[in-house]
This record gives sequence, structure tokens and C-alpha cells, in this order.
Amino acid sequence: MDRFSWTSGLLELGETLVVQQRGVRLCDGEEKVKFDTGVLLLSTHRLIWRDQKNHECCFAVPLSQIVFIEEQAAGIGKSAKIVVHLHPASSNKEPGPFQSSKYSYIKLSFKEHGEIEFYRRLSEEITQRRWENMPTGQTIQVNKDPQAGRIRAVGIVGIERKLEEKRKETDKNISEAFEDLSKLMEKAKEMVELSKSIANKIKEKQGDITEDETIRFKSYLLSMGIANPVTRETHGSGTHYHMQLAKQLAGILQTPLEERGGIMSLTEVYCLVNRARGLELLSPEDLVNACKMLESLKLPLRLRIFDSGVMVIELQSHNEEEMVASALETVSEKGSLTADEFAKLVGMSVLLAKERLLLAEKMGHLCRDDSVEGLRFYPNLFLTQS
Amino acid sequence: MHRRGVGAGAIAKRKLAEAKYKERGTVLAEDQLAQMSKQLDMFKTNLEEFASKHKQEIRKNPEFRVQFQDMCATIGVDPLASGKGFWSEMLGVGDFYYELGVQIIEVCLALKHRNGGLITLEELHQQVLKGRGKFAQDVSQDDLLRAIKKLKVLGNGFGIIPVGGTYLIQSVPAELNMDHTVVLQLAEKKGYVTVSEIRSSLKWETERAKQVLEHLLKEGMAWLDTQAAGEPQYWLPALFTELYAQEITPEEAKEAIP
Repeated sequence: MDRFSWTSGLLELGETLVVQQRGVRLCDGEEKVKFDTGVLLLSTHRLIWRDQKNHECCFAVPLSQIVFIEEQAAGIGKSAKIVVHLHPASSNKEPGPFQSSKYSYIKLSFKEHGEIEFYRRLSEEITQRRWENMPTGQTIQVNKDPQAGRIRAVGIVGIERKLEEKRKETDKNISEAFEDLSKLMEKAKEMVELSKSIANKIKEKQGDITEDETIRFKSYLLSMGIANPVTRETHGSGTHYHMQLAKQLAGILQTPLEERGGIMSLTEVYCLVNRARGLELLSPEDLVNACKMLESLKLPLRLRIFDSGVMVIELQSHNEEEMVASALETVSEKGSLTADEFAKLVGMSVLLAKERLLLAEKMGHLCRDDSVEGLRFYPNLFLTQS
Repeated sequence: MHRRGVGAGAIAKRKLAEAKYKERGTVLAEDQLAQMSKQLDMFKTNLEEFASKHKQEIRKNPEFRVQFQDMCATIGVDPLASGKGFWSEMLGVGDFYYELGVQIIEVCLALKHRNGGLITLEELHQQVLKGRGKFAQDVSQDDLLRAIKKLKVLGNGFGIIPVGGTYLIQSVPAELNMDHTVVLQLAEKKGYVTVSEIRSSLKWETERAKQVLEHLLKEGMAWLDTQAAGEPQYWLPALFTELYAQEITPEEAKEAIP
């Protein structure tokens, strides 16, 4: 890390930006240093690092100092890294963040990805050595103003200004966005307070608030994204929206259910419906709340929850208990089956196959053999042959 | 002599008074609901204004999304509860996370036969990014975690298990209690664990260690290497990316969602 020199981060005449990546941490050899979140910029001449929190903290090393680079793949809790091996610092190198280092290499840790692209570009620049064709390489050492610590760039002022402006603009946008967000949240907080007070009133005057008003209130809560445990106990989370949704689902799911033997897991339904919609997708909670209303709306589908917690949608005409009988036949034919094998035979998802076999076991038709090789089901001979 | 307060007349009078009281009670709620309705309209306008200026910021900037989510949580609002909510409709946050949910489900399903339904957040992140293609919006690990938390309600066993400095994502309804979690955390360092290591690190008896490991084997979340030098090693395929990365094959992708 002692090969770096402080810089303003502005590009020199003839120097071009190649690629940049946010979220990069630096390590001095194997040791972490305090520069843990920065933007890493690759130009035709240098590798520049600027602290994301403190833009004044910016330093660079010329690409000519690089001996070779290697990649370190990502692991658990570890980001992908590039290891940069460097020549010893020249004696007239400008001061930087470190006076000395016991390592001759640094590591760039890509916490927000981008390592692969950056490595590719860095390799290219090192191979092409474009800095040798452009004279700027020398001027970095010249024209330095020691007091301000800034390097006055030679020539094209417009480029620097634009970069600086863009950075300021981005910063301004973000701070404006945060300010507006905070103001918005203040107003949202008022809404939450108001809804709490109404909810309390409802609790106090149990039964003195009409059905209509309860439904209205619930739809307000839905719009704001406020959960209300009070009405949920007595009236559930459903609203008119969910009722409509339930009816829509009954229409959309009829054919897919028939194609899949009359039963689908809720995750399958979630994917199917949202893939079909493309826009204005359903939230998982929307789906569950709508499905909870299927039965009471007397629609031809129903929600069923297995002991394991797995949730499925079944056609009303579907009778899982009958399917168990045919499952028993299948298992008997083969002697024994695991959920995977059964699923493949019958053409079901493994999840639902397992639920069917478990139900068959619950009903006493199958026995399990639970070993490290997996869960295998056999016909319950204790029942049939006793 | 007149008796006061008793008799049919008094009862009727009392009933009338009660009815009037009830009426007033309903009117009170009506007032507040009307007020809420008005405030809701105002809030919607504010949100529309915010959206017109900053919708892009939310879409493009994962850090801003985190700020937004944290602020919502602090005041007790869940912007992802419903696709019909204002937040979702006007800021488009809903679609972003719900679609991410679909992609997460598909990746987990495609790889389940390999890792038993356990996958590291890193690998999930990589696979999801790959599936989204070059031109899609960037997605952070925080985004994935929020999407997964929402998926839990579908009953498919989605869970988030902290291990080492990261998380294992569970996508099957297998029961994993504290014992299992602790062993997973122990295995995270090297990708595998042995009975002796469990005994020495956690101070458990052999029987307890074996039970946990056998459960993981049965669920397909651990593989047994009996040929290892010394004692058998229990490897977690979920942690295999440390050793070698694998792509989802076209067959696996097809089996994901029928």
C-alpha cells in the first residue's frame, strides 16, 4: 500500500477512464486497512481509489507499477478479489496514505461484485500499455500544489469539470431524494397514528362499527401497508380487492389445475400467476389472502394446508384421499417408492408427491422406512395382512 | 304513588337512550374514517409527487432501497404487503420484489436435487443475476433477503439461516431446529464437518451429533464421504461453490417450474 500517491481523482490530459466499480475494499497484502468502501477507477494510466464516504480521500498508483495481477474467486462471506503485485516504489514517488509496507502486493475486494469485468479491463490495459503512447504519465508528478494537495490538470478543463459536476449532481440527487423521503415518511407516520387510534376505537366498541366501515378501514390499511391485528382476528385480512382476486384466480387456475392432476402448491401458483401478469404483480400476501376466501365465496377451488405447513390449491372436485388409493396401488406395484421416484412415475412435483405419500401414511395405507438413504414408503402390510 | 325507573315505559326509555348512544358511537367512527379517507388522498398525492421525482432512484440504487425499507419499517409500514398498496402502485417497489420472488423460487427449485434445498446467499445471488441477464436492474443481497422474507407466507418452507458472515437460504419445508442450524454454522468454515469436530467444538455427545447429521443426510442437505482419511466427513453441497461453481443445466431449468 505504500505505492499509492494522493491525487485529486481528476483525469489528466490524454488519460481516459476505462471502467469504474463501487464497493471496493483495499487490503495491504493480507492485512485489512481502513479503506473499506470506495470507488475503484481504472484509467489508461492509473488505478485510482476514492473513498465513497469522503471524496477528498483519493489516491492512485500508475499502471506501470504493476508487475502482474491474479484473481481470487469469491467464497463464503468473502467477495471476489484481484491481487495486484507491484514494483517497489520509486524514490521520487509523491506521498500517499502509507509511508511503508511489508507487502509488495495489494488486494482489491469487490464487495458489490464487478470483479470479473474489472479484471478483464485491467488485464487489457496492462497488456496494451496505452500510457506509454500518451505523455501524461510524467505530468502527474509535475504541477502539484503541495498546500492544497490537489493536482492542477493540464489542458482539457471541460472534462474535469464535467466529471466533478456529475459527481456533485449525483450527490445532490441522492441527498434531495433522502430529504424528500424523510418528509414523506413523516406524513406516512401520521397516517399510521391515525389508523392506530381508529383501531383502538373499534376494539373498544366491539360490534358498534358496521361491516361496511370495517371493510372500508381494512382497504385503507391495505393501501398504506399497515397491518392491523385487531380486525384481523375478527374479520380476517381480506378486502374487496382480495375477493375480486379470488374470483380471478378461480378463472385463471382452472385449466392449469386440470393439467396438473387437480392440485398445485401455492409457490407454483405464485410463479404461474405473476409470470402471466408481467406487470402489477401479486404480493405473496395478496395471494394467500385471496386464497383464504376461495371456500367462503363458493368458488370451484380451495386452499388446503398440510400438516407440514405446505399450502396447496385444489380443485373442489379433487379428492386427495381418493388419490391416496391410487398412490397405494402404484407403491404396491413397485414394492416401495421414495417421494422422488413416485414423483417421476406419476409426473408430479416432488413436494406434492411427498405430501401425498405422507397423507397415505397418515391414513394407514403406507409405512415408512426412514434411513440415511432417504425416506421410502412401503404398503402397510401390518394392516392388510394381520 | 308513582314508582320511578321501573316498568315498561322506563325500560323503553332506557333502550332508546342506549340506541342513541350506539348511534353516536358509530358516528364517531364514521368521522374518523372520513378524516382518514381525506388524509389518505392527500398522502397519495404526496407519494405521487415523490414518485415522479425519485422513482428512478429507487429502481437503480440498492442503497436507497435499503434506506427506504428501513424507514418504512421504523414507522410501521410494509410497502411490500400488497401489490394493491400505494407504495407498490406508485413507486413500483412491489413488482421489483415480487418478480425477484419468482426468480428466487425458480433457482431454488432447479438446484434442490443437488443441495437438498439449502443454498448460500452468494450462490443464489449469482444464479439470480445470471437469470436476469445483462440489461436487468441490479439486485443486491439485501433485496434478495427482503424478497425471501415475503415468500415465507406461501408455506413452502422458505427460511434464512445465519452462518459465518453470511446466510444459508432454505427453500424446502424440512424442519431445521437450533441443533441443525448450529451444525450448519460449524460446517460452513470448511464445507464439511465430522462427528469429532462437533463433539469438541459444541461439547455434544456422539449420539446427538449423529442424529443431527443423519437428519441432514436424509434431507439431502449433507453428503457422506466415507473414504476420507480418519473419520467420515459430512459435506454440505450448499457450500460447494467454494470448491467449484456449477451452472444450472437446461434439464434442471426445465424441471424447475412445469
